[in-house]
Amino acid sequence: MMKRRAWSRAILYIVCIMMCLFFLMPVYVMLVTSVKPLDEVTLSDMWKLPTTFDWSSYQTAFAKLAPNFLNSIYLVVPATLLSALLGALNGYVLSKWKFKGADTIFTLILFGMFIPYQSILIPLIQFLREIGLYNTIPGLIFVHVVYGIPITTLMFRNFYAAIPDEMIESAKIDGAGFLRIFRYIMLPLSITGFVVVAIWQFTNIWNEFLFAVTITTSAQQPIMVALQNLSGSQIVQWNVQMAGALLAALPTLLVYIFLGKYFVRGLLAGSVKG
Amino acid sequence: MKTVVSERDVTVVPAVRKKRKWTADHWLAAAFLTPSVVLIFIFVYGFIGWTGYVSLSNWNSLVPDLSFAGWKNYIYLFHDFRFQADLRNTVVFTVLFIGVVVVLGQFLAILLDQKLRGESIFRNIFFFPMALSFVVTGVIWQWLLNPSTGVNLFLKKFGLDSKWYTDTTILGGFHIGKIEGGVPVAMIAVVIAAVWQMTGFAVAMYLAGLRAIPEEVREAARMDGATEFQIYRKIIIPMLRPITVSVIIIMAHISLKIFDLIYAMTGPGANFVTDVPGVYMFETTFRGNYYANGAAIAMIMLLSVAIFIVPYLISSRKGES
Repeated sequence: MMKRRAWSRAILYIVCIMMCLFFLMPVYVMLVTSVKPLDEVTLSDMWKLPTTFDWSSYQTAFAKLAPNFLNSIYLVVPATLLSALLGALNGYVLSKWKFKGADTIFTLILFGMFIPYQSILIPLIQFLREIGLYNTIPGLIFVHVVYGIPITTLMFRNFYAAIPDEMIESAKIDGAGFLRIFRYIMLPLSITGFVVVAIWQFTNIWNEFLFAVTITTSAQQPIMVALQNLSGSQIVQWNVQMAGALLAALPTLLVYIFLGKYFVRGLLAGSVKG
Repeated sequence: MKTVVSERDVTVVPAVRKKRKWTADHWLAAAFLTPSVVLIFIFVYGFIGWTGYVSLSNWNSLVPDLSFAGWKNYIYLFHDFRFQADLRNTVVFTVLFIGVVVVLGQFLAILLDQKLRGESIFRNIFFFPMALSFVVTGVIWQWLLNPSTGVNLFLKKFGLDSKWYTDTTILGGFHIGKIEGGVPVAMIAVVIAAVWQMTGFAVAMYLAGLRAIPEEVREAARMDGATEFQIYRKIIIPMLRPITVSVIIIMAHISLKIFDLIYAMTGPGANFVTDVPGVYMFETTFRGNYYANGAAIAMIMLLSVAIFIVPYLISSRKGES
């Protein structure tokens, strides 16, 4: 009996490790390709380790992507902060100051996070041209804040629903109003909520492509569009391409490595209906 | 905070509704909510309406022409070779992608639930692709599944020689409309990349579900003499069914509107074997200036997503009150 159990444990580990290899294989290929000199980047040598380390592809990729990397930072920081703040206020109202029809309004807001953005893109671009924000980073910030409302509202509403109503009630009896309760009761309890929402929005906005590619051109483009453009040239330098992919992925990867548990909480909070 | 996923993350605490007096603070609360509601109504519902209007217009050049065209653009699309191919590809992609993600996600979640040593390492490896952009995934897998190379060098040893995303073969081909129906082989490459990226999502959801099942359930079954395998097959997996519904709906809405992964990895492909409505909409609208056609594609995409999402939203609202 013990022997059989040991065997089945061994099989479990083998299956798990094989699955890990499947998930890590692209990372391996990306890493080895990115440090190879161009003449070693041939299809037949794809799996081999490089004979010499060549960091020049990182230099090339960095030189090409650095301005767009900065654009992404200018975009993602204010967009994340604004949409988290908006989500916190909405979630607070929709969980603690419910009024007749609040649930209906919430459901109507929620629908906005599932729509294919193609279905609002043509009017959106017309609108941004009208108000002079087309092809600007502030324009993209605005877009991400608006279309981030549903998900951030959902996350904060669920988060605040776990805070007992009695606390709000007794604060009201003590004479605290809408803003005081938010400032002195809700906000101090929302640190985790803000971390989860901020990580989620940071990752999503950093990785976003459709708005970025349609609303901005050349000098204003965020990193993902620039990465995609790297492969648009006639001869694809795969080592540069892989180094670029790694640079573009680095911020969200670091966030995941250091704050992974909050990332997964955001993912679950966003996937479950409120 | 040992566990990544606590039960609180998956269960939504229903907000208790009580009769309250409508005070000045309620006005203030409503005032704070109003800007968001107005923005959503304009930028989601208003703009959808406007796109719908454009889809019924003659605006198929750089110069906006909003004269009424009736269903002309839709009729054009359904007779269009490219759009017919898109519909076929979307169905194939959605079915394969969801099927694999559900099965693999459930399998890996159960595997992680076996109290393995190093579980958190395994979990992190399964989850990390979710932190990446679809563009990054597309770029990596474009290289990895490059025909005549990469994974193929490996497969050739087994006598397999796949052309991956450049393959124009349609499996089980039959004539339908202007296209060949069936499964485009090239689409399988895209499914692999999408599965690589999104399986962690399903694993996380299933793990949360597994952790929410009380240990007593298993204990009771063990007392009745059930084997571990039977416990999973007869008790645990059926209990995960509501999560499967959520996984399917979330994956369906991702796959029906997929754009960046395919645009970065393969583009439309020869004979449009990897084209999808998202890519067609982007190219025809912003590269070809066929705004009305693009709007019509967008409306069809919206409709296909809404079929899944609207019942989901309505039922989850009912479940709450």
